[in-house]
Amino acid sequence: MLLKLRDIRKSFPGADAPVPVLRGIDLDLDEGESMALTGESGSGKSTLLHLVGGLDRPDAGRLDLDGVEVTALDDSGRAALRRGTVGMVFQQFNLIPSLNVGDNIAFQARLAGRHDAAATAALAERLGLGPHLAKYPEQLSGGQQQRTAIARTLAARPRLVLADEPTGNLDEATAEAVLDTMLELVAETGAALLMVTHSTHHAARMGRRLHLRAGRIA
Amino acid sequence: MTRTVLWALLSHWRRALLQLFTLIAGLALATGLWSGVQAINAEARASYDVAAATLGEGRYARIEAASGGEIALADYVALRRAGWQVSPVVQGRLGEVRLVGIEPLTAPGGIGPGAEDADIAAFLSGVGQLFGRAEALDALPALDAERVVAPDVAPGTVLTDISVAQRLLERDGVDALLVAPEQPLGRADLAEIAPDLALRLAQDGSEIGRLTDSFHLNLTAFGLLCFAVGIFIVHGAVGLAFEQRRPVLRTMRALGVPLGRLVALMVAELTGIALVAGTIGVGLGWLLAASLLPDVAATLRGLYGAEVAGGLTFRPVWWLSGLGIAVLGTALAAGAALWRIATMPLLAAGGRRAWAMADARSARWQGALALGLIGVASALALWGDGLVAGFGTLGAGLVGAALALPLLLGAVLAAAARLARGALAQWFWADTRQQLPGLSLALMALLLAMAANIGVSTMVGSFRQTFTGFLDQRLAPELYIETADDAQARTVEAFLAPRVRSVLPLASVEIEVAGLPAELNLARPDPTYPENWRFLQSVETPWVRLAAREGVLINEQLSRRAGLGLGDAVSLGPRAELPVLGIYGDYGNPVGQVIVTEALFAELHPEIVPRRFGLRLDPDEVPRIRAALIAEGVAEAAITDQAALKRFSLQVFERTFAVTAALNVLTLAVAGFAILMSLLTLAALRLPQLAPVWALGLTRRRLAALEMLRAVLLAALTTLVALPVGLALAWVLLSVVNVAAFGWRLPMALFPAAYAQLGLFALLAAALAALWPAIRLARTPPAALLGVFASER
Amino acid sequence: MNARILLLLSCLPGLAQAQGFAGLGGEADGFGLPARGHVLTFPADHGAHPDFRIEWWYVTANLTGPDGTPYGLQWTLFRSALAPREAAGWDSPQIWLGHAAVTTPDDHLFTQRLARGGIGQAGVTPTPFAAWIDDWRMAGPDFDALELAASGPAFAYDMTLTAQGPLVRHGEDGFSVKSGEGQASYYYSQPFFDVAGRLTLPEGPVEVTGTAWFDHEWSSQPLSDRQTGWDWFSLSFEDGTKLMGFQLRENDAAGYSYASWIAADGTTTPYVGAFEAEPLETARTDGAQVPVRWAVRLPEESVSVEVEALNAAAWNALSPPYWEGPVTVSGSHEGKGYLEITGYE
Repeated sequence: MLLKLRDIRKSFPGADAPVPVLRGIDLDLDEGESMALTGESGSGKSTLLHLVGGLDRPDAGRLDLDGVEVTALDDSGRAALRRGTVGMVFQQFNLIPSLNVGDNIAFQARLAGRHDAAATAALAERLGLGPHLAKYPEQLSGGQQQRTAIARTLAARPRLVLADEPTGNLDEATAEAVLDTMLELVAETGAALLMVTHSTHHAARMGRRLHLRAGRIA
Repeated sequence: MTRTVLWALLSHWRRALLQLFTLIAGLALATGLWSGVQAINAEARASYDVAAATLGEGRYARIEAASGGEIALADYVALRRAGWQVSPVVQGRLGEVRLVGIEPLTAPGGIGPGAEDADIAAFLSGVGQLFGRAEALDALPALDAERVVAPDVAPGTVLTDISVAQRLLERDGVDALLVAPEQPLGRADLAEIAPDLALRLAQDGSEIGRLTDSFHLNLTAFGLLCFAVGIFIVHGAVGLAFEQRRPVLRTMRALGVPLGRLVALMVAELTGIALVAGTIGVGLGWLLAASLLPDVAATLRGLYGAEVAGGLTFRPVWWLSGLGIAVLGTALAAGAALWRIATMPLLAAGGRRAWAMADARSARWQGALALGLIGVASALALWGDGLVAGFGTLGAGLVGAALALPLLLGAVLAAAARLARGALAQWFWADTRQQLPGLSLALMALLLAMAANIGVSTMVGSFRQTFTGFLDQRLAPELYIETADDAQARTVEAFLAPRVRSVLPLASVEIEVAGLPAELNLARPDPTYPENWRFLQSVETPWVRLAAREGVLINEQLSRRAGLGLGDAVSLGPRAELPVLGIYGDYGNPVGQVIVTEALFAELHPEIVPRRFGLRLDPDEVPRIRAALIAEGVAEAAITDQAALKRFSLQVFERTFAVTAALNVLTLAVAGFAILMSLLTLAALRLPQLAPVWALGLTRRRLAALEMLRAVLLAALTTLVALPVGLALAWVLLSVVNVAAFGWRLPMALFPAAYAQLGLFALLAAALAALWPAIRLARTPPAALLGVFASER
Repeated sequence: MNARILLLLSCLPGLAQAQGFAGLGGEADGFGLPARGHVLTFPADHGAHPDFRIEWWYVTANLTGPDGTPYGLQWTLFRSALAPREAAGWDSPQIWLGHAAVTTPDDHLFTQRLARGGIGQAGVTPTPFAAWIDDWRMAGPDFDALELAASGPAFAYDMTLTAQGPLVRHGEDGFSVKSGEGQASYYYSQPFFDVAGRLTLPEGPVEVTGTAWFDHEWSSQPLSDRQTGWDWFSLSFEDGTKLMGFQLRENDAAGYSYASWIAADGTTTPYVGAFEAEPLETARTDGAQVPVRWAVRLPEESVSVEVEALNAAAWNALSPPYWEGPVTVSGSHEGKGYLEITGYE
């Protein structure tokens, strides 16, 4: 099992008392599997994704990723996990504006020490970014920017891809195309995919679907 | 990973060249001003050290003739034969050069020419040798002695054997005997061997040192202020750069870059920038010092007779200290920003926090801090004691004033907005106020620059006024002469009496007043004194009453040390107890002084015949009288044209002003630069605010003109605030720092015209700084303004 | 003291030669040269000879305190001329250098003075005899009764010297040859002084008595180029006889040697080449490795003695530096004396 969550709980400080966001989540995801995380705003989808990505720590419960007990790691351990095992695609793209597209794509692979120029070039070509490698993110359309972010994630060959509404900032047609490419490529690399989405249509294209309601699996 | 992250961090600057330029230029300018001033100080000090080493000034106790004048060779030999380890020194001027004669066999350690291959036999015998720097040797008239270039002789000085010096200066005796620190057992008292001679103990600093230290301390304070101005700019640039990079830093951390590595790399990045900027700054400082040093050298020579070489030596110490201060300054400026990065939570709300947009809460904090600092400054000024308190007052007061500035300006603008009539005026005031936070750092820099300039102008001006008055009072006679002995003194006085307007005899004798050593001087009743002398305090018609033997005059030093005020009695002997009629400033004199009228002096010390005279005469007569005196047998070296000396000294002040003016322009330029950079940075952010106004019908030209007006207005308001701050600064420098450091207070004078000029410069700097952004705005294509409405920002 | 100036002075030809360093010989440059057969006349020759390049008046004394503690005392006035003339005032080419030292069994105190000639700060006059530099002086109504005084930062002394015998002329009636090449000086001594006076030491004043030996020597070029240093002995034996002997080393080997054998009545026998001095033991002093125990022999007078320093640390770190201190004598003869050795490193 690649990813295993047991009784994960998390609350955030509220005005009077802590507000529970996740109230005991259990989840298993195997290599090559894809899973959609759906739920209303505030149901805890993004929080769950952040916990899996090691961006935050749960209050209770245990999280294992690729045989490592993530909940026992310190800051630098979790940073290493983010570099090496996990790949993230954000709704806001979060590209580095001062690096060109080529350098942005290679960035995480370089961090992870897995940079392979030929593979990266092929990946960029697949994503239609070939002509844009020397451009800067601000010179790209939203769809191209997200494709760049996806390329950045996949070039580092992560075991688990976490996507947080990756098409949320794109128009419908572009969103569809970007999602297609992403699913195809993830499937090719054999990585597992955990994607937060609002769209039931997109959720339906995943292998499994987990619906959160008020911090619990519905 | 390190390379990847560093590359990503550094790539920021490629896209933000202006920011990088601001950062490096600000830091380089700050370092440059600081190290330039330091270089001037270091060079001048090194020159004095050489001077002191040449003459042993201050380092060794000296024996001098109690009544002034020469020491006879017989007295020197008598002292040596009694066991006193003393060595004779004779000095005088030979054209522009000070000629110093020493006796190398008996001179205490470290005095004399240091040339390694010096040939003592050639120095002692034959035609003799003259040691000096090339410039000094070149300035000598034609002489038969051999010239030896020796760089470690004080500038403007030529060192030679005492026999050669006596021959060239036409002297028989010597001026002083240096007393070696080690003396043999059982030597007789000085009074037994040579009762006419007096021992002066070694001083910690020479008399020159006391005065010039004041000048240097003030220059240092100025350099520090310039540095502070620069650091404000750097703080702004670093703050902006870090703020803009926050999202990127967050992304990098999300992609797995550890926080520690990130912070370490940013420290390395800043250190690198600081070193580059520091190197440029040290270079700038060197240029600054090299171009100002001839003026400073002339200033010091004229002010204090301290010779400073006009050239600059590149000293590794200030090179390193320049780099050090650049790194330190960067650390100061970037510390807070780095701390915020280091403690930034990974998942905090992602949006860009508006740079330096002080919210209400931080404004309250800033206000409280400003008030607190100003309170501390006031408390230190009122109750503090010593140099540390003085500089504490300066630091706390200036930072407090700077912090208070945005709040003060905000209040003024809010009031103006309430009073404004018409939509455009209301928009203008409101918009100006909104822009304030973005400009406040630059305005603070302007405030500090202005305050520093006002402070230093006041200080230098006060110096000038004080010393001009001092010179007028002390150097009023057109000629000074010194006669060889009592007989010559009498004949020369009789010879002169019918030929000049007045003859003012001069003599002094060492006495004790209230247990303190002091010198007693005499004054002949003459209009010269009431016409020229100024008193710090005096009774009515002090000179009339002095002549009537109703009292004495004392200098400020004696007044302070002995606690003597007007009317207090000074005891000059068993039957001479007289009240103080006046207290006069006596800058740079370490000893207390009492002046009595000539008749009383003669009664108290009948054994002393004044041998020196000040002559009042028509300036046109000077050459004739001079020639007549030489014909009468007065040595040429014993006649001094003090009027020429005074004219030279006054010219020197003009050069001091040139130095000050140059530093003024530079600091204002730095502040103007800060404004320019802030405006350029804001320009992009301001488009969305300007676009609606444009859309509502204001032309781009009009908008640009309003932008200029806004910058000038803010500068004008800042200048107004700077005026009291600068005056306070001057007051602290003159009345707290100077007193703490040197024991005397320089009276403060005000120079409104100079302030007005500085204010004009400040407005000009602000207008120039606003010009380019305004032109850019005027030329902004309408499409860019339209884009504001279309973009998804 | 001005170390640099002293260093420079030590390079002066005269002073260096006065201390026995070779290699700085140089020509006589118009200076007077000693002549064989010249008759010394007194008291005139007690005074200075400015025509000669170098000259010295040298007093060494072996003293004893009230508790029997032995002391040594040195008083020296050197004259070095830059030119063979004298002038009044600063233009005088004469330079004067005074050395004074006191040696105790545990301590060696020394100091020096420098002076220009021509101004009265230092000088020597024959009648009445006076030799002085600063407050140091050796003076008296005549040469048989002298006051001797010197002072430094750490010590001072004030002595009375009374002559108990005649002057002694070395070599050929005062013409003293210093090398096989013929370099020579005028050299005479008064080895028969009784001394009494007061030493002022860091521990306090001490009344002392003893004997003193006076040397006066002048020349313009006394040493050969090959001579590197000298070992000079002045020994007073308990039977009233005295021995002055020196060897001028050549490249650290024994070179030219000379001895004056002085009978109790002052009758003097010169010996060229017979005097032998052989180092037995060296000691590391402040400045150099110097022999402090010697085997001294003058076979013609049946002298075979061991000479040992009272205090091995009697190194005068002056300019130039050299070793000068009191010695004790044992063996064929018992006695005391002074040893001066130069040119060791």
